[in-house]
Amino acid sequence: MSNTTDLPPQTSFKLSMLINDTRYRSLTFQFIALLGLCFFIAWLISNAVVNLENLGQDISYKFLGNPAGYDINQQPISFSSQDTHLRAAFVGVLNTLIVAFLGCITATILGVFAGVLRLSNNWVVSKLMAVYVEAFRNVPVLIWILIIFSIMTVSLPGPRSFRGDNATATMLFDAFAFTNRGVYVPAPVWGSGSLIVVLTFVLSVIAMIAYRRYATKVLYDTGRLLPTLWPSIAIFFLPTILMFFIMGRPIGLDYPELRGFNFQGGIQVRGSLIALWFALSLYTGAFIAENVRAGIMAISKGQTEAAGALGLRPNRIMNLVILPQALRIIIPPLISQYLNLTKNSSLAIAVGYMDVTGTLGGITLNQTGRAIEAVLLLMLFYLLISLGISAIMNVYNNAVKLKER
Amino acid sequence: MSDTNANSTVAFVRHDTIPEREPPLGERGLIKWLRENLFSSVTNGVLTVLSLWAIYLILAASLPWLLNGIWDAPSIRDCRTILDGARGGCFAVLTERWNQLLFGFQYPSDQYWRPTLAFILLFVAFAPVMFYKLPRKLLIMTAVYPFLGYWLIWGGSIWVPVFAAGGFVAGYMVYRQFITRSFAIAFFGAIVGAFVFWWIADFITPVLANLIPIELEFVKSRQVGGFMLNMILGVVCLSLALPLGIILALGRQSSMPIIKWICVVFIEFVRGVPLITLLFVANVVLAYFLPPEANFDLVVRVIIMITLFAAAYIAEVIRGGLAALPTGQYEAADSLGLDYAQSMRLIILPQALKISIPGIVNVAVGLFKDTTLVSVISMFDLVGMIRGPILSSTDWNGVYWELFGFAALLFFIMCYGISQYSQWLERQLATDHR
Repeated sequence: MSNTTDLPPQTSFKLSMLINDTRYRSLTFQFIALLGLCFFIAWLISNAVVNLENLGQDISYKFLGNPAGYDINQQPISFSSQDTHLRAAFVGVLNTLIVAFLGCITATILGVFAGVLRLSNNWVVSKLMAVYVEAFRNVPVLIWILIIFSIMTVSLPGPRSFRGDNATATMLFDAFAFTNRGVYVPAPVWGSGSLIVVLTFVLSVIAMIAYRRYATKVLYDTGRLLPTLWPSIAIFFLPTILMFFIMGRPIGLDYPELRGFNFQGGIQVRGSLIALWFALSLYTGAFIAENVRAGIMAISKGQTEAAGALGLRPNRIMNLVILPQALRIIIPPLISQYLNLTKNSSLAIAVGYMDVTGTLGGITLNQTGRAIEAVLLLMLFYLLISLGISAIMNVYNNAVKLKER
Repeated sequence: MSDTNANSTVAFVRHDTIPEREPPLGERGLIKWLRENLFSSVTNGVLTVLSLWAIYLILAASLPWLLNGIWDAPSIRDCRTILDGARGGCFAVLTERWNQLLFGFQYPSDQYWRPTLAFILLFVAFAPVMFYKLPRKLLIMTAVYPFLGYWLIWGGSIWVPVFAAGGFVAGYMVYRQFITRSFAIAFFGAIVGAFVFWWIADFITPVLANLIPIELEFVKSRQVGGFMLNMILGVVCLSLALPLGIILALGRQSSMPIIKWICVVFIEFVRGVPLITLLFVANVVLAYFLPPEANFDLVVRVIIMITLFAAAYIAEVIRGGLAALPTGQYEAADSLGLDYAQSMRLIILPQALKISIPGIVNVAVGLFKDTTLVSVISMFDLVGMIRGPILSSTDWNGVYWELFGFAALLFFIMCYGISQYSQWLERQLATDHR
């Protein structure tokens, strides 16, 4: 044996190598998979073609331009039954976004509070929060939506109870009426000069953020601790209130009033919206609470003790040491909770809130019989929302990520 | 000044030790516990008072309602007459309609023992999987259960499930024959063997059913409802989704780009849309894409879609488990000379699945809760029964709290039980000794 490194025999390509040679086997498998997928899709499409032909239907999106012919009870933009299906779908999209946005905010607030309080050393509070979290996590959200909806529609008094001298129900502060037809809240009336007030408010918010940044900078540069709470509150409220009175109170409120059989004026928030909003917030809040708790518990106890040794007080330890570190752990599951909430908002159809599932996937689908098109559009919308939210949140996630060298 | 001599006039010197005194009142027993746990600071005190007030409000509202409840009345009007203005729940709806809530309103009432038996056997079937200390022979029950459960709930001739099971046995025989040669041959051989068996069985079954007629009354899928439907959907879809999810997760980890991208697109698509839209697909769209002569039941179509939905979520959980394994495990399997199937089966998956158990249980709980969504496409599961036939009947129109409370309680018991089991299992499987 003169040659110690036996080269593998150079053989020509044989067909059996497609199965037995690891160099080519993966290509074979992928080819088979692709072929199988193509055949499967072709089979589905050919079935669809045959079925559509048998039923005398075709695939077309022209129905979106036809008059919808139905009313939508909660409309953020004006809509009448003469408007097109496309506009109905758009109203539905807006309704979905409204309930998802409101839900995400309240769910976050609830979740952070419940998560922090569940870790409290106060026995009663932590047990109460544990009961809240377990009760909401272990019961389907659909049941919670229906329970809260039945509170809104069955337990609240009808508008007629507000009438007369011995009315059984009264309005809260003469401004809010909780009835079984929805909650009536005062609507703002924009007079002339109200734009200036709004601008002042926006400017004061910017000023408040700028002040807090400045305070942080002073703290980091000189170690001097500027007060932030009271100045922030002052900057937030005072200029706007001053400008409000200087301009001669341009923004008024249109109070709801009982006229005839129903309340007039103000904004009517339907019971279905409130039920959906509350149920989704409470349900998702319970999940967020668990994420927050896990995030805080993942921070080692040494951090708390070190901060305590530096002389920080408990709330400062939480704000300056624990939460900034815990946020990195909390944010990714929080994103998926927001996504879940948005997807769960499609349960609106169970209580008659006209979100996009209710308009496009509900009434439009039933009226036009265009099942494939409507469901496809519906899925596309939710996919876009999901991808959009995760993209935005990934940007934020990268911003708070631990900067490693 | 050190006058320690005995002559000095010291007023008092103690010669004996003082007996132990009890700690001060604030440092022991209930008061200490209260002080440390409830009133350690002003904020804490306020929180305690607020929570106690909240608990009082909840109890004050619910206790009279629970204790004054009427358990025996034919309708809500009689309930209100008996209550005579007092606060109280009308639980009579539960005693009156329990069969509809549990089994749906069309399941033949003389056959209730069948789903009940299937439900009890479900625990027997799951026990050896859930508690690994039980004798392994019980696993036979687990293997038999899918066919037995099907027969008990849907009925028909016993030979259908028997031959269905026979196909699996035949497939396993073929697998055993060829596994020494190669996994791929054995696997595909098993599939071919099973289908050949079923093809033959298709001819034998009607003959045997005539000769030896052992059969239960056949129940159509449309007649299955109530909480039973939730249980069936949950158990069936989870069992089907688990293997599919493992395949998808392995596909997503694969080095073959086409297979990887097929899996990625599928998983991300399914995870990006709500389950409701998939149920719409099952309800109105899927029929377009199936052959015209195929006549799938709505329940089967819903099972297909929920399975695909759950599989995508399980795939993501298992992918996390696969990613969490150190690369050394993969390399060790390679260096032992194991091929892909062997290394996955013997080295990687047992560890990855163990890590993924909590996540899988989370998906299982979520899936079980999501089975209530089928009520939206007018199937009569527990929620569908409540919203449909029961609340719209003239007898029980208006009994919201009792019914929804009952539904919530049923789901709470199941889901809380599953999550407690998962925590127990995590402690059992923890091999790192902390």
